[in-house]
Amino acid sequence: MAKTKARVKVPKSIKKGEVFQVKTLISHKMETGQRKNKKTGKKISRMIINKLVCQYNGKEVFASDWHPAISANPYMAFYVKADASGSLDFTWTDDEGKSVKKSAKITVAG
Amino acid sequence: MIHKTLETRQVGRRELMAMFGAGVVAAMGVGMTPRDAMADAKSVTDAMMKVVGDNKPATGKIKLDLPQIAENGNTVPIAVEVDSPMSDADHVKALHLWADKNPRPEVASFRFSPASGKAKVSTRVRLSKTQNIVAVAEMSDGKFYMAKSEIKVTIGGCGG
Repeated sequence: MAKTKARVKVPKSIKKGEVFQVKTLISHKMETGQRKNKKTGKKISRMIINKLVCQYNGKEVFASDWHPAISANPYMAFYVKADASGSLDFTWTDDEGKSVKKSAKITVAG
Repeated sequence: MIHKTLETRQVGRRELMAMFGAGVVAAMGVGMTPRDAMADAKSVTDAMMKVVGDNKPATGKIKLDLPQIAENGNTVPIAVEVDSPMSDADHVKALHLWADKNPRPEVASFRFSPASGKAKVSTRVRLSKTQNIVAVAEMSDGKFYMAKSEIKVTIGGCGG
């Protein structure tokens, strides 16, 4: 997944205990395995990102399993409760087991 | 060509039977992960059976935020929220989504923890035609909740 570009958005600063939204976006064609090559009639094999896991300071807070019904360039938004400053680490994994990682810094005030 | 299609279909059916058998066994066991529970099933009911087992999902708690009409089935924005305090004692463990008329009904499964703060997700999905979106939430106390809603799709999104 060399060409995939992942983006993550979190608030700049959060208060402890506040629940904030995390938005993620990754570029991927999410080939369903249902499409056929119009010229040859051959099926194009499935190739999707099937997993997104988010860890907050090393502990899993959110995970999702995706199926081919998830659109190309998957967008995923979810929520996390602010606990301590640190990082949110995201890992996307595709059908071949290759993964893309991205981290976001979390600053918890007060 | 015809012969080949027939052959693939037969294998497909046999595989399905095998998977369904395995699913029944898995449903009887404990501690299955959403991924195991989501093994290929022929219909939403089969798929749902594997997740809920013998439990009867109650209605309510889940809010499906869907467009009434989706013009482009390739990317339909959806949001699902489960009403829960998300405390250690009472939180949403998992949420599963299905689309009953897609070539494959599974859409996605999400796992939450009390640290999620709120059991709400938004994403974009592919829908082949007008159909129902089914959501099942698994709570920390072992209860299940279900919600269903229809989306009208103008142009299907599973490309031929």
